[in-house]
Amino acid sequence: MRPILMKGHERPLTFLKYNRDGDLLFSCAKDHNPTVWFADNGERLGTYRGHNGAVWSCDISRDSSTLITGSADQTAKLWDVKTGTPLFTFNFDSPARSVDFAVGDQIAVITTDPFMGLTSAIHIKHIARDPDDRMAETGESVLILKGPQGRINRAVWGPLNRTIISAGEDTVIRIWDSETGKLLKESDKEDGHKKPITSLSKSADGSHFLTGSLDKSAKLWDTRSLKLIKTYVTERPVNAVTMSPLLDHVVLGGGQDASAVTTTDHRAGKFEAKFYDKILTEEIGGVKGHFGPINALAFNPDGRSFASGGEDGYVRLHHFDPDYFNIKL
Amino acid sequence: MTVEAATQPSKLRWGELEEDDGEDLDFLLPPKQVIGPDENGIKKVVEYKFNDEGNKVKITTTTRIRKLANARLSKRAVERRSWPKFGDAVHEDVGSRLTMVSTEEILLERPRAPGTKQEETKVAGDPLAQMGKGGAVLMVCRTCGKKGDHWTSRCPYKDLAQPSETFIDKPPTDTNAAAGGTKGTYVPPSMRAGGNPERTGTDMRRRNEENSVRVTNLSEDTREPDLHELFRPFGAVSRVYVAIDQKTGTSRGFGFVNFVNREDAERAINKLNGYGYDNLILRVEWAAPRAN
Repeated sequence: MRPILMKGHERPLTFLKYNRDGDLLFSCAKDHNPTVWFADNGERLGTYRGHNGAVWSCDISRDSSTLITGSADQTAKLWDVKTGTPLFTFNFDSPARSVDFAVGDQIAVITTDPFMGLTSAIHIKHIARDPDDRMAETGESVLILKGPQGRINRAVWGPLNRTIISAGEDTVIRIWDSETGKLLKESDKEDGHKKPITSLSKSADGSHFLTGSLDKSAKLWDTRSLKLIKTYVTERPVNAVTMSPLLDHVVLGGGQDASAVTTTDHRAGKFEAKFYDKILTEEIGGVKGHFGPINALAFNPDGRSFASGGEDGYVRLHHFDPDYFNIKL
Repeated sequence: MTVEAATQPSKLRWGELEEDDGEDLDFLLPPKQVIGPDENGIKKVVEYKFNDEGNKVKITTTTRIRKLANARLSKRAVERRSWPKFGDAVHEDVGSRLTMVSTEEILLERPRAPGTKQEETKVAGDPLAQMGKGGAVLMVCRTCGKKGDHWTSRCPYKDLAQPSETFIDKPPTDTNAAAGGTKGTYVPPSMRAGGNPERTGTDMRRRNEENSVRVTNLSEDTREPDLHELFRPFGAVSRVYVAIDQKTGTSRGFGFVNFVNREDAERAINKLNGYGYDNLILRVEWAAPRAN
């Protein structure tokens, strides 16, 4: 396949997300402007200007009308996807990291980093849909959850918005009740990751999710019971994970151990996104091309293409060849 | 006469008239015809124009219209396609190089599948040919493809006719041990545990493996044809092999000759061991120590 290279960001990429229809790709990077691209040919549609710090993640409402972004400038902003105008700003006392819309787009979960004595927290915020409601919106959190030590790298909604799943630097995955804020489950110390969890990706139906960690592995968990289902082992710390909505494939993207920097091959473009069979946990193959560690991965909801974003600032959009769908292990 | 005279001018006139008509029409080209896409998607466009010499030319262009499978955008997505650019993209000109199709073809590279070659090897089939690659100890067994610990004739999985094509490393089988030999000793198939179901229909090749002769201290230029020529007088030779260093292309100093008959092999060993060949004294022996 011929990947499409998109160089719109000058700084490393942090997050990639497709909208629900799969025609738009949103990219967040350490430069302060999230960008939206057309997912078929990689043409840039626009950028969202307004943040003053690295943008760590984003999420799009189901109708692709509203974008929420979390940034290191201690704010999370709501934007109009079409015009790029900022609609609302949530202010925090520390950098905002992970954002996720709930089903229905009425509420969102935003995590904040530990900063200056404050511990990390998970905030649930109400999102007003009407412009009038928005004026009246105070931006107060509906609920604040605290408890994890260290950064919470990713927090997402569980099935039916009843739970919130969080994972972060303290290597423990936690499931919280979204109404009461009570901690319901924690991942088992034995089964769990041994190093900070960098990424989390839900399956298309929400029944299982994948976490990737710096301990060079990714683990597949059941959403309701938090039971460990599978483990995928790589040679590199994992920075980004995603699952194919169409086939039983898992994609891991990673970096390079600091110790390996001087001993690696001089060939450029050799950071690869590794494909694994979800059930057999065996490696299917790798897609090379990035010049730096891969920090973000996203699969198109139709399962026919995927995008990867790297430390090199490039977004590579890959449309699969027909024989990808016939791969047999 | 008058009549003739009359008809001739009229003939000419008729002819001229026709030509005139033709010339008049020549200035007008027939209109372009488009025969729309039929059920196979084939569209024909018929055009008329003048070529360089001023002749009327008919050009028929046949094209096949194919609908790309992937352009299935929902209604909203189609609408989004026509949104105006905003933010930094506003001032983008058409020639901006932000989005480029990669010049390289990138494949989903499968991990090294068993039995197939790695990217670097070019020689087809023979794993022994990978010898020169590492430059380190390069004992490659042809039967199981495992590098580094035994030669083909000492392969613990010798009973396989062909290298097996699975990922899984077979645990060392007990075939040798049961026959009383240690791992390194050659145990012929007829003496191995598990009986000898193939006694009658013994594999031709296997017999030849038993008649394998190792030749050492070969000169650098020695190749297969040389060995074949040298050993041919002793009997039918089924196979010759000379180990070649891939990097330099020279012989690594040893090779194997498989005779069809054991007696021929024995005679060859007796006669050629110590034979001077290309300024070096050859050492010729059985491929593995064989108690006779």
